[in-house]
Amino acid sequence: MTALLRSLWPPLLVLTVVVGGWQLYVSAAGVDPMTLPSPARVVEQGWLNREELWAQTLPTLQETLLGFALSFAAAWLVAALLDFSSAARRGLYPLLVASQTIPIVAVAPLLIIWFGFGLLPKMLVVTLTTFFPLAANLAAGFAATDREAMRLLRSLGAGRWRAFRLVRVPSAMPYFFAGLRVSITYAVVGAVFAEYAGAEAGLGIYMQAQKSAFRTDLVFAAVGVTAALSIALFGATYLLQRLVLPWERKVGK
Amino acid sequence: MSSLRIEGVGKSFGELEVLRDLELTVDQGEFAAVIGPSGSGKSTLFNLVSGLDHPTSGRVLVEDAPASVESGKVAYMPQKDLLFPWRTVLDNTALGLEAQGMRKKEARARADALFADFGLDGFQKAYPSQLSGGMRQRAALLRTVVLERPVLLLDEPFGALDSLTRTDMQLWLADMWQRHRWTVVLVTHDIREAVLLADTVHVLSPRPATVVERIDVPLPRPRGAADFTAPEFAATERRVLETLRGTTAVKAA
Repeated sequence: MTALLRSLWPPLLVLTVVVGGWQLYVSAAGVDPMTLPSPARVVEQGWLNREELWAQTLPTLQETLLGFALSFAAAWLVAALLDFSSAARRGLYPLLVASQTIPIVAVAPLLIIWFGFGLLPKMLVVTLTTFFPLAANLAAGFAATDREAMRLLRSLGAGRWRAFRLVRVPSAMPYFFAGLRVSITYAVVGAVFAEYAGAEAGLGIYMQAQKSAFRTDLVFAAVGVTAALSIALFGATYLLQRLVLPWERKVGK
Repeated sequence: MSSLRIEGVGKSFGELEVLRDLELTVDQGEFAAVIGPSGSGKSTLFNLVSGLDHPTSGRVLVEDAPASVESGKVAYMPQKDLLFPWRTVLDNTALGLEAQGMRKKEARARADALFADFGLDGFQKAYPSQLSGGMRQRAALLRTVVLERPVLLLDEPFGALDSLTRTDMQLWLADMWQRHRWTVVLVTHDIREAVLLADTVHVLSPRPATVVERIDVPLPRPRGAADFTAPEFAATERRVLETLRGTTAVKAA
């Protein structure tokens, strides 16, 4: 717990300075809140509209989690496929890399045309933005398994599947969590972005509506909620890691 | 019956001839050491005996059957301990049995039964990172021995330990062998280790490697620390050293 506090206070200090500077500037220069609201106003208006904000957060959270679950399953499947078949590795991996050059900006509206304004297109955008770091890290983790360890398992007569389960999956865990942290931070932004392209509810469409109504303060409040959501999910990966990799806690003690 | 018979074995990798006409026999319950200059193809020999690779010419017979991974007759202990950080010590020592397809519960029970004998009692639930270097090697040997295969293949098992711990472990292994009479093939760089532990020392030439001399160790059993200073010990050590230097001198001329 003290370690957590120690690592938290420097970013909090920086944040305090930035927000404090912003507050001072806005009140000293008398900036129009439609252009740039003060942090105090953002918090105040955000609190007054908390029910509406919460109602908009739920669909976004749902899209994020479902899309991420899909991405998670697909990443394991593809990474395992890449690991088991060198033909798949040669045939698929370059395409996976190439797929990352497709701008989501172009794809998101198309998904809306194909699948409508419901949940599915948002899920797919989240999946598209988070799949690659997850799958690539997982595949790299499998591939980084100690060759000597594989030799030992082979000499014991373990087949490919058993060696995969006993050694390759656990060896890949540190890589997997690195990938998980990268992709989970994309997940919320992916969902918000997908809503921007067209949605009935959610933080993305809420931001757009408030922007059109010149409620810059509520746009900022929604941004704050988005950030809080991302940070919470990011933190959850550490909790998950502690649960899944209990030996890491005992190392060095 | 000889446990291991290597008959006129040659092994080439393309142009590179690693082993040539190698002859070596190990009887049941015999402790054999194989010593040779570095790069003399000891690990190639190991792969052939454990069945991971096959000879270009000649035969490798384990209990009168050609060596193969499937026959499950050779238990291999690699140079690195290869204890997995994500498994407890007990689960690590049960890994070999699990890799063979034994159920986890039974594998654990079998490994657990040997903990006291290996001086590891009380560390079943510890993680490898909490063990000393000597204990890690004992755990790695336990993982090998618990398989109850007819031939134990030890690849420089104490190479990574500091000199004091190494001597301790050598004396410990001499004692363990005295009680269990395993059939052992020990590959090592350490002349002292070979003479202390082995009944016979097989000296390899530089590449292409062949056995240039088979030296019987005249020391009585059981052996212990006092043997290090026995005159026969020094005489055997000198003979091995001279044979080793002879092989390199011939090569250099």
